[in-house]
Amino acid sequence: MTVLRTAGGLSLRFRPRALAVGVGAALLAAGLGLVALGSGDYPMGPADVLRTLVGGGTPAEQFIVHELRLPRLVTALLVGAALSLAGTVFQSLVRNPLGSPDILGFTQGASAGALVVIVLGGSSLALAGAAVVGGLATGLVIYALAWRRGVHGFRLILVGIGISAILTGVNGYLLTRAPLMDAARAVLWLTGSLDGRGWANAGPLLVVLVVLAPVVLIGCGPALRMMELGDDTASALGVPVRRLRLVLLTAAVLLVSFAAAAAGPVSFVALVAPHVTKRLTRAPGPNLLPSMALGAALLVGADLVAQRAFPGHQLPVGVVTGVIGGGYLVWLLAMERRAGRL
Amino acid sequence: MHPGTSRLGGTALTLAYDQRTITENLTVAVPDNSFTVIIGPNACGKSTLLRALSRMLRPSAGTVLLDGRDIHDLPARKVARTLGLLPQSSIAPDGITVAELVARGRYPHQGLLRQWSREDERVVEESMAATGVDDLADRSVDELSGGQRQRVWIAMALAQQTPLLLLDEPTTYLDIAHQIEILDLCARLHEEQGRTLVAVLHDLNHAARYATHLIAMRDGRVVAAGEPASVVTADLVAEVFGLPCRVIDDPETGTPLVVPAARRRATTLAPEPA
Repeated sequence: MTVLRTAGGLSLRFRPRALAVGVGAALLAAGLGLVALGSGDYPMGPADVLRTLVGGGTPAEQFIVHELRLPRLVTALLVGAALSLAGTVFQSLVRNPLGSPDILGFTQGASAGALVVIVLGGSSLALAGAAVVGGLATGLVIYALAWRRGVHGFRLILVGIGISAILTGVNGYLLTRAPLMDAARAVLWLTGSLDGRGWANAGPLLVVLVVLAPVVLIGCGPALRMMELGDDTASALGVPVRRLRLVLLTAAVLLVSFAAAAAGPVSFVALVAPHVTKRLTRAPGPNLLPSMALGAALLVGADLVAQRAFPGHQLPVGVVTGVIGGGYLVWLLAMERRAGRL
Repeated sequence: MHPGTSRLGGTALTLAYDQRTITENLTVAVPDNSFTVIIGPNACGKSTLLRALSRMLRPSAGTVLLDGRDIHDLPARKVARTLGLLPQSSIAPDGITVAELVARGRYPHQGLLRQWSREDERVVEESMAATGVDDLADRSVDELSGGQRQRVWIAMALAQQTPLLLLDEPTTYLDIAHQIEILDLCARLHEEQGRTLVAVLHDLNHAARYATHLIAMRDGRVVAAGEPASVVTADLVAEVFGLPCRVIDDPETGTPLVVPAARRRATTLAPEPA
């Protein structure tokens, strides 16, 4: 722990290691972003990309960077950061590393909402709105079933797994009802993809993140650390437990839903990024900011792999995160079992 | 011994979880500067009362008063600077060190731009010294024994610097030596630092030895309250716990000592054949 103090009695405390991880992840995200902006059918060097970003370059380069590649990159950064922040909040509230929105069913709820719009037909704005409504509705149901009398981490996870199974069934039904063209579009959406994402996709998520990140990081962050000690201890330390939980749950569900609206339910980022952050920082407590940066880097990296790993054949980013995340989950379950927590 | 003042108490409390009523119309007062111990059989409502006194359970009727005001009208942080609580169970985050955990007790005194003052640092050091965990400061809490861990949690509650400290069964799950160690620590905090302590204890003899004020409960009612010497009598133990016993003077301290009646006197004299 390092402490900075001013003569006026103000003080800031931080862990150098956590700071280093956060800065490192942010630089990694920026570096990968630069590579992503420069690669594709029209390759550009990092210097050209930077020059184009600040307004130079040919009109063609301007178009390629600003209109084609940058919106996709920004969407990836925002989705990664939002999912990772939401995942950290969930895992911390549930006090269980498995408490990620993928496993708890929020992602499936957002998918169900979006699928309804895809099947019935509607604009991409309606799709985004429906995803948010679906996510929030799932949040309400899970809250009512499992959360009313305080968090019992494992019960919440089991209820979440049940809800998520039901919703997967609902989603499957919706797919069978959809016309073939729509079904194909729906399946692509369900995998999670950044293909063809424009400013219209990034915009709403950016607004949500700009509003909610300070609420979560500054408004609730310190209290969330106390919540890790158990509801009783947190309450004894002056944390308004019930209100805090409601605010954080709402914020996290909104983040997940808007991220799903922008890129589809990209799997496992919310599970993996907070975890890797915790291992790297070696710090107890939710490491909100480093974990946001790492989530952003992870998704940009995964999207780069998805676009470039198989030349001439693009994968949806959800396939890559699924493979990485699924492997990580299996490994995690083995570790948790060894540690006797599962 | 205690002047009649009381910063913390409850009047006409009805306490319930959902539909299950635990106590009705209960009135208690915690005398200032006392070491108050609440005793009673399982499920008599003693932990429930402690939860209500610490603002964790909202009474369905009646009020808990802290410094003359309804505790639920006060902001959570302000209460946390006046009244500390050691719950029955707490969770130590993976890998947290003793010093870091104790430091979390400073939460109600901190702010966004006042994250770690010199005062915080001093109080944490003092709290660890008072509970004898200063040698363990850099150790991980996971590695500690039950008794050490309980002292760390008490240190965290001390770091909160509250004049009132509530402890919910602080000796449960500890062996006898660690039980006495924790109770000695509580008695010292009460005598040397002048804090008002309220503890729920299971062991009647511990309660009689350490308390300056006893509250005996049964079925959600206060059966007796006062100094241990006047409260702990054979009749009261029979009434509260349904246990026939004799009460003698503790040879160490002169406080009441409850000796349960033998099952059948003869058996103690004639050993059973092997």
